[in-house]
Amino acid sequence: MEPGPNKNGSRSSSYKKNKSPLYSSSLDGLISHGLLNSWRAMIRLFKIKDQRKEEAANANGRAPAKKQSAGELRLHKDISELNLPKTTTIAFPNGKDDLMNFEISIRPDEGYYLGGTFTFTFQISASYPHEPPKVKCKTKVYHPNIDLEGNVCLNILREDWKPVLNINTVIYGLNLLFTQPNDEDPLNHEAAAVLHDNPRLFETNVRRAMAGGYVGNTYFTRCI
Amino acid sequence: MTEMGRWRDIDKLLARPGNIISPGFEPSPQLREEIGGLVRVLVVGAGGLGCELLKDLALSGFKNIDVIDMDTIEVSNLNRQFLFRIHDVGKSKAEVAAKRVMERVSGVNITPHFCRIEDKDIEFYSDFNIIVLGLDSIEARSYINSVACSFLEYDPDDNPVPETIKPMVDGGTEGFKGHARVIVPGTTPCFECNIWLFPPQVKFPLCTLAETPRTAAHCIEYAHLIKWDEVHNGKTFDPDDPEHMQWVYSEALKRAELFGITGVTYSLTQGVVKNIIPAIASTNAIVSAACALEALKLVSGCSRTLSNYLTYNGLEGTHIKVTDFIRDKDCLVCGPGTLIELDSSVTLLQFMELLGKHPQLRLSKPSITHRGNNLYMQAPPVLEEMTRSNLQLPLFDLIDKVPKDTVHVSGTTEKNDKRTTCLRKLRVVFKDQVNGVTSMDTAGAN
Repeated sequence: MEPGPNKNGSRSSSYKKNKSPLYSSSLDGLISHGLLNSWRAMIRLFKIKDQRKEEAANANGRAPAKKQSAGELRLHKDISELNLPKTTTIAFPNGKDDLMNFEISIRPDEGYYLGGTFTFTFQISASYPHEPPKVKCKTKVYHPNIDLEGNVCLNILREDWKPVLNINTVIYGLNLLFTQPNDEDPLNHEAAAVLHDNPRLFETNVRRAMAGGYVGNTYFTRCI
Repeated sequence: MTEMGRWRDIDKLLARPGNIISPGFEPSPQLREEIGGLVRVLVVGAGGLGCELLKDLALSGFKNIDVIDMDTIEVSNLNRQFLFRIHDVGKSKAEVAAKRVMERVSGVNITPHFCRIEDKDIEFYSDFNIIVLGLDSIEARSYINSVACSFLEYDPDDNPVPETIKPMVDGGTEGFKGHARVIVPGTTPCFECNIWLFPPQVKFPLCTLAETPRTAAHCIEYAHLIKWDEVHNGKTFDPDDPEHMQWVYSEALKRAELFGITGVTYSLTQGVVKNIIPAIASTNAIVSAACALEALKLVSGCSRTLSNYLTYNGLEGTHIKVTDFIRDKDCLVCGPGTLIELDSSVTLLQFMELLGKHPQLRLSKPSITHRGNNLYMQAPPVLEEMTRSNLQLPLFDLIDKVPKDTVHVSGTTEKNDKRTTCLRKLRVVFKDQVNGVTSMDTAGAN
């Protein structure tokens, strides 16, 4: 560390050799640039800032454009790397510059839900990937892990979300729900009970719901 | 108290030499007046920490203070937000706090701003020499951090330009625990450099809520997340609407009775839904004192700043530790990014080819975004199609003919024969457009 030009040089520089780890030189970087010769210059710096601001205002009256949050940038990376399974399509209803709100449609190519098309809305918050995406199923579906309001029980959307996961992982997870509906984590517990007790009846119910019709007292719109 | 007596202790810091001063600090009796006259400080938040901060800063010689807070005073604030009285309930926290501190501390001028932090434009924030945060959310901190870092400029050698540095002091408390940290963008880690350190919020599996609730919190989250949507067709739940909260409470109570669970109360409902941890007045006071002292140290140099993250825990006894966090050199918010000099005639496609050849980047399959405009997307096909026509346009035109700006790029890099995906910040400079040469002739001649 360079000794500062302060008057009590000997005392402070001897102290610096065994400086406490509590205190640092976070601002030494500035000093070493030679722009700040003394701390009184910090005050001078504030005056320079005012001048610079006026100059900037005169030179360029334009308001600064929209800023992108770190979350938006991370989402940009996720979307640009999307590798969708062939069952899945994606749409951006608000155009190419709103990646925070989009829809995916899954058309399962095997299992109980073969032939149906199921649309999910994704809402990504500014604190993504600290917060998981908010995913809802827009298509009313007879499914043990998706309730009639469109809530989805997928562990990585809630309790098991980690910032290392991404939009691709969630899309694969949603695909898995259709090939492997799971009666152990029910959100629609009637559907789960049927799947557990009578898989044949479950299959019939799924077909009926997808074709458009009643299962019990609930009406499902056609999604085939 | 006499004027001299009032400043006796502050002057001991500012007017006397010391051992752990910042390099170049020159003690002076005038320093306090210069700080009072020249320094403008912004306090973000006028709640538990904010009240303490305003009082501490005003008593430490800061005379030009602004405070911003969108909240109004609630009865439950009064135990610790000591600037507020019962007849203030419903009024703006920022306005009442500013008025009360000015009444009590002579010579200080506090300007309140009763609005959201996002409502102010960037220019508002550029007026302040230092920003002190008394916030309760990661989102708000992240926002202010990105604003403060957006002023930061780097010289061609990737060193921060001193007059563009906007230092921040961030305080936070949660029950008996708290932290104070110093953020000097470009020098210390910014908020985004270490954001991954925050533990994720505890979230219960939806199926547990729907099927097998075991705790009072499960019942409350069931009413809040599942039952609300079932009953209120499309109406969004507002945690600040007492009627909404009352509805969730009564539904949670019904659910708890059904499953033989006890412990659902109105205040627990508020706590679970709004994710509230009871605030402790003494934690706020301790953390605020640390923050105000750091602010004084930053502007005066009377002592080295703490390096750079202090944690306080008063749960069992008192424990304080300072940890020196390190910067993320590739941080998208505070990092210098990679400097790229270009000619204004270079098309987006040529620019992308250049990124592949750039020795530090070697970036292939780039997708490029500029201030929220996606200039080119490699995937998915629907976005690639929408952005393809930009490839033949000059980058300079695509970024609104700004001679110097930041663009971000996602893509693949090769490092030690391993291909990894990455997200990079690029400082683009159009050589023929800077240095005041902006005439059409020059652009045409190239």
